Amino acid sequence: MSKLQLFDGDLPVESITNKWYDEFRNSNYGAIITFVGVVRDEDNIDGLSFDIYEPILNSWFDGWQEKAKQRNAIVLMAHSKGDVLNHTSSYIAAVCSPKRRVALELIDEFVEDFKASAPIWKYDIIEGKREYALDRSTAIDGAGLLS
Amino acid sequence: MVTVEFLGPIGKAPLSLDITNLNQLTPILKEDESLSSWLKNSAVAINDMLVKDANAELKDGDKISLLPPVCGG
Repeated sequence: MSKLQLFDGDLPVESITNKWYDEFRNSNYGAIITFVGVVRDEDNIDGLSFDIYEPILNSWFDGWQEKAKQRNAIVLMAHSKGDVLNHTSSYIAAVCSPKRRVALELIDEFVEDFKASAPIWKYDIIEGKREYALDRSTAIDGAGLLS
Repeated sequence: MVTVEFLGPIGKAPLSLDITNLNQLTPILKEDESLSSWLKNSAVAINDMLVKDANAELKDGDKISLLPPVCGG
């Protein structure tokens, strides 16, 4: 099973998290922490939409897998492509670790770096149109090289 | 020749250019007014590796990508 999974549309949360649990509960990880992101109904949006640049997402994720491995942990992630309506999920991250403290720290670091670095672009869906969420987006470290 | 692609919301068709250094790209892109606001906040990758050297050398067939601000999740 790939530790990074992309889906068209909203995520089948129960299926994904149950498979992760079944896959890794016998691997002697004492702590499995799952973070599920749910699209909120706010600012009159019908949902969110996502573009993903997979080559760099894959290398970013592989880098995190290496960091986790150094702490005897693994990271897991699922994300949506395209449209995701309110009150459904677009993002799940998880950490499996022998130690509770490592898992708690890693899920925080992993999710925060995901928000700042993963090459994913978010759009609000308003009256059927996509509007880029610039004000909620973060420039990647090193941005402005060509300005 | 190298190709330049514009990811996510930039929404511009790729370019093919005959340049050998990344520093030759800035004046070309600045001629396009629709790109001016993106140049300030976009990161740059060469062959899918993010770069921080504005004078990186380019070779025939390289792919340059502009990555505007991100927001997953």
